[in-house]
Amino acid sequence: MDLLSLFFQQLINGLSLGSLYALIAVGYTVVYGIVQLINFAHGEIFMVGAFGAYATWMVMGQPTDWNAPMSILVLLPVLIIGGVAASVTVALLTERYAYRPLRNAPRLAPLISAIGVSVFLQEAVRLFYGTIPGFPSAKSAIPFPSIPGISGVAFQVGGVTVQMTAVFTVGALAVCAVFLWYFVNRTKTGRAMIATSQDPDTARLMGINVDKVIMAAFAVGAALAAIAGVAHGLRYSNIDFRMGFLAGLKAFTAAVLGGIGNINGAVVGGLVLGVVEAMATTFIPGQFGSAAWKDVWAFVLLILVLVFRPQGLLGAKVVDRA
Amino acid sequence: MFKRSFKLAGVALVAASLAFTGCGSRTEATTGGSAGAAKVAKIGVIAPLSGDLSALGLGIRNSVDLAIRQANETNAIPGWKLELAPEDDQATPDVGKNAATKLASDDAVVGVVGTLNSSVAQSVIPVLDAAKITQVSPANTNPTLTKGQDVANPKRPNANYFRTCTTDAVQGPFAAQYLLDKGIKKVATIHDKLTYGQGLVAAFSEAFKAGGGTITAAETINPDDKDYSAVISKVKPTGPEAIYYGGQYPQAGPLSKQAKAAGLNVPLMGGDGIFDPTFIKLGGADGDLATSVGAPVESLDSAKAFVAAYGKAGFSEPYAAYGAYSFDAANAIINALKVSLASATDAKSARQATIDAMAKVSFDGATGKVAFDEFGDSVSRVLTVYTVTGGAWKAEKTGELK
Repeated sequence: MDLLSLFFQQLINGLSLGSLYALIAVGYTVVYGIVQLINFAHGEIFMVGAFGAYATWMVMGQPTDWNAPMSILVLLPVLIIGGVAASVTVALLTERYAYRPLRNAPRLAPLISAIGVSVFLQEAVRLFYGTIPGFPSAKSAIPFPSIPGISGVAFQVGGVTVQMTAVFTVGALAVCAVFLWYFVNRTKTGRAMIATSQDPDTARLMGINVDKVIMAAFAVGAALAAIAGVAHGLRYSNIDFRMGFLAGLKAFTAAVLGGIGNINGAVVGGLVLGVVEAMATTFIPGQFGSAAWKDVWAFVLLILVLVFRPQGLLGAKVVDRA
Repeated sequence: MFKRSFKLAGVALVAASLAFTGCGSRTEATTGGSAGAAKVAKIGVIAPLSGDLSALGLGIRNSVDLAIRQANETNAIPGWKLELAPEDDQATPDVGKNAATKLASDDAVVGVVGTLNSSVAQSVIPVLDAAKITQVSPANTNPTLTKGQDVANPKRPNANYFRTCTTDAVQGPFAAQYLLDKGIKKVATIHDKLTYGQGLVAAFSEAFKAGGGTITAAETINPDDKDYSAVISKVKPTGPEAIYYGGQYPQAGPLSKQAKAAGLNVPLMGGDGIFDPTFIKLGGADGDLATSVGAPVESLDSAKAFVAAYGKAGFSEPYAAYGAYSFDAANAIINALKVSLASATDAKSARQATIDAMAKVSFDGATGKVAFDEFGDSVSRVLTVYTVTGGAWKAEKTGELK
């Protein structure tokens, strides 16, 4: 394999990993844009989405013998819907009971509450998932169902191997990005979100139900995180209760990198982070180029961006409250 | 992981530490019926009883429990009743150190079976050594634990430490020999940067190169990572005929699966750390290989009694890869206790005598002959190569490294 195809191979690897980060990062950024809260429990919402999809598969009677078209057109969407339902429900519950009571409290309070929710959700899944009759214990990793036609399928373009799971992840991000753009810019709820993020008090005076808008923001973020959860399950073929921690941390980094509060920034930040990690593994010579150092390079990039462009790559949401 | 989160946000660090300390589920084990006014001596277990490696850790705990029950039933040490004191180390050195400190402060504890991870052992051994508590590991394979940092000029660092398994100094070269015999001359190595993985890969690489093989790439992964596509893409162009992985099955299973999905269709070989059914569940494919210490437990006559007794005892978890070694480790301690406790008035005063008695222990255990050399290593150098066939581990070749 020559250097050029190695470059494209790592580009594909990076873009598909970055798409996963981006899908999760949107949830951080949407919520931050509206309530200025870093929702540290968002990584766990992503984890709940994956476990929700797995639960859906269990409830369907663990179908394994479906053919490829049926699996892709029926089984996969059903799993995604199940995952989205689980994570949106959990996200709305946490918003209602962990964040809303603290909305006018000092900003540190909801942040601590978010950490509490994060620990709570991890432990709840770890301890109680296996107590549902017929469900495997979540104390260690659970194999995620494979979707014929996607799991383990790859094709060659030139010298580059493209896995179907990567296509699915990148495709999911593309579809979600279009949907999100339409939702924010073209629907009433979306525009209410923009208004609330610019000035919640005036938005309320204009007749916008701010509570509903905040719930919408949590729901949108959770839905995307659940799709990321399914993509994660398909890519790595197993899920565990701690998967949200590191993924959430990386996605948060992506959101900051792109400019927190800026939805486009979250997508760009995620992709940049993924590509930098993949490229650093291969193209930095010597001992600093091994996979062990990829996170170092990712965070070096973050520091550089924050030093020279503190608002992030695409610029943070600028709130004018004069 | 922690260092990174420092740079990112101190808050995330708090979240992490909370999340991790929240994981300590303790399982109280029961021992056999009490024997009236008998004095109590405790044998501790330090192993991961929760988390990814709990399948192995619970097997260790149960097997020690079984040995203790049998000793109590047969009244192996007259006047004394043995009890089990299991502690969870969560496969984490710091947690293991706390567990060791807790056991050391319990005057009734005379011996400890554990740990599973060599990295945890490094922090546990000094604590137990200071308290003169005998430690026997069924699973630590890193050579430096018994021979010191300079393995070429061995110097035993801790007199209290013994093990019933063979070491990476035997396991790595055994794997290298097996691959060379199979005609595989080009291998890429990947390890997880932990004590076990690094040591295993180092021992393997040295023997493989000495035998005429080529290491095409030497890479590492992050044990917290789920995505290995970048490192696989880097290794693939070097054209390896096999991947040798130093680490544990939670990473090895997905690594094998991702390698094959990325078109790197070569077997993945590892040490005893990947020799577990969970490896296959998590993505290990047919043709993947593992070396493990000793002969297959099911094939040894001496092991059949253990397997039968374990089945009868009604544990809810299987004995896993180290069950028989843990059983032997516990019995080695019990054999030493027969000597040291015979004239002792209390358990604490017998600690040093137990260490002294360990050197003379020799009996036929579940894994074969159990005895320790001058460094505390098992005298057995028998290993087995297993291969995944039809979704299960099958013994391929058992041999002794000369």
